[in-house]
Amino acid sequence: MSASANPSVAPVRRFSGRSKRVLPGFGLSLGISLFFVSLVLLLPITGLVIETSGMTWDQFVFTITDPRVVESYKVTLWTALAASLFNGFFGLLLAWILVRYEFPGKRIVDAFVDLPFALPTAVAGITLATLFAQNGWYGQWLAKLGIEVAFTPLGIVVAMAFTSIPFVVRTVQPVLEELSPADEEAAVSLGASDGRVFRKVIFPSLWPALVTGIALSFTRSLGEFGAIIFIAGNTPYVSEVTSLMVFIRLQEYDYAAASAIASVVLLASLVLLFAINLWQGRYLRRLEGR
Amino acid sequence: MSITIDRISKTFGRFQALRDVALEIPEGKLTALLGPSGSGKTTLLRIIAGLESSDSGRILFGGEDVSSLHVRNRNIGFVFQHYALFRHLTVAENIAFGLESLPRRQRPSKPEIRQRVAKLLEMIQLPQLADRYPAQLSGGQKQRVALARALATQPRILLLDEPFGALDAKVRKDLRRWLRALHDEFHFTSIFVTHDQEEALELSDQVVVMSQGQVEQVNTPTELYAKPESRFVFDFLGHVNVLSGVVRGQKLVQGDAWVSLPGNRSEQEAQLYLRPHEVHLARAPDAHARLPLRIDAVSLIGSEVRIELVPEGWQSNEIWEVGMSHNEFARQNPSRGELWYGVPDIGHLFSGDNGQPKTVDWHCRDVAKACNI
Repeated sequence: MSASANPSVAPVRRFSGRSKRVLPGFGLSLGISLFFVSLVLLLPITGLVIETSGMTWDQFVFTITDPRVVESYKVTLWTALAASLFNGFFGLLLAWILVRYEFPGKRIVDAFVDLPFALPTAVAGITLATLFAQNGWYGQWLAKLGIEVAFTPLGIVVAMAFTSIPFVVRTVQPVLEELSPADEEAAVSLGASDGRVFRKVIFPSLWPALVTGIALSFTRSLGEFGAIIFIAGNTPYVSEVTSLMVFIRLQEYDYAAASAIASVVLLASLVLLFAINLWQGRYLRRLEGR
Repeated sequence: MSITIDRISKTFGRFQALRDVALEIPEGKLTALLGPSGSGKTTLLRIIAGLESSDSGRILFGGEDVSSLHVRNRNIGFVFQHYALFRHLTVAENIAFGLESLPRRQRPSKPEIRQRVAKLLEMIQLPQLADRYPAQLSGGQKQRVALARALATQPRILLLDEPFGALDAKVRKDLRRWLRALHDEFHFTSIFVTHDQEEALELSDQVVVMSQGQVEQVNTPTELYAKPESRFVFDFLGHVNVLSGVVRGQKLVQGDAWVSLPGNRSEQEAQLYLRPHEVHLARAPDAHARLPLRIDAVSLIGSEVRIELVPEGWQSNEIWEVGMSHNEFARQNPSRGELWYGVPDIGHLFSGDNGQPKTVDWHCRDVAKACNI
């Protein structure tokens, strides 16, 4: 969730011995946090890099540009993109109704939003595969329309969208709640139509949170494994995702190759998150007048 | 455009915000809706604007019923307490918002809009800030921009919801004067909501005092201050000193304190209301009043010295306040802890449960044995 963090709250004279801090425990809490971050994040990443560094450059390039792997990149990218855009739309709608309207069962819907986080992804994958199979509840109707979901890339999109929808809802929801009704009233009193109020007043305030939500949803989808493999069919060159390629290499005990492919996914996610953070920082600075 | 408020009622759940409010707002005048929080003044303003719907009653603009008209079609300008500027738009874009929202046929061309915005920026004296974002402005500047934005479409009516409430005292005073000048120049019909009686009395042509969802009194500021019709209005418009007691033998008595009320015979409870400028202090009790008061605080700030006093040998819910000129103060030199006596010049007597006060003037007592009782 680092993308939504405010970069400006750090105290100014952090390491100065002279300043007496009002709130105690800065050193201790920072130390523990950094230690923990190192333990659960940096160390595994370092392991990944070390494992990969056992390869020569040529080997590395050869592994990550294997045609089957490259095809998996393409599949993963477009399905993740489709899933996160779908979530961007649907998640916004869900957050909108949860914040804006009162209706019976609202609390239950609100709780259900987190279900994809709570559910083991494998369970989600199996359930979705059953539902969308040719004789499943949804699958049989979709089959009549000539749409196949299970065991095709479309199934990957469904699985990705399902597992990452909470990211969009939960990032947009608080921003939507904080929107001042006076802004909208001002716009309406100036004669703006509902559409114009949404486009010109509401959406620009939501935009940064929505982009963050979509980006989180996207990066989560890039690495999704459990839910996908049950519904994707895993046909080489058609419906194999990159995380599956990592898994296959691991099963072959080719740890170096697995890490090489994993590092590509990792790099892509990091670059994306970092870029979003930078862009958002600039956008928010303008709103806050700094 | 005059506004008629015809028997408007509104409830929020079980809370009755407005009950049967009927009111006439004259054209081209600046009207203040004054009242404590919860008196329904903001609700009334929002109903006039169309931001809230009433349970019953009608709103008429210049004789035309607009009750069922949507806010966006009422052609009003609304200014919010916390400005409600669009944070992601520049000052110029904020001001242009209303013009750009007009239906295509009525919308001015781009250069025309730019020109109008420039003119409005000129009017609010902030032309150099056109490209700033709201977050880069001070509170007073923001409120000016909000005002320019509301006036851009040349609304028939301007409504302001506690427009100076979020500003500090100095800026508030400046902006108040500026708004008054602006109003005198353009003469739009405007209504503003405030809980600050000084602001209402200073700024408006007509004051509507509200309490508990009802209109208490409507009048010009001077008349209202001179002749409050109820205890509530009296209390609400500035400080008031109260002696509450029993009328007995042509005197209003409570404890050690009394005030003569010649002509008043019937024994009943009554309250005497005195404005700070209607009482003066003396070292000894007067022939027609004995109000022992001990000085609690002296404030020298302002055009008058304000002296706060605590009743001695009798009781009052609130502290007494008496004004004294600096000259007088220098001569008499009253100081903290001393015992003085209040001598009323003019007072307002409320007796019984309700009804209007009777004015008592002790000055003409010698001429005609108390004039107005």
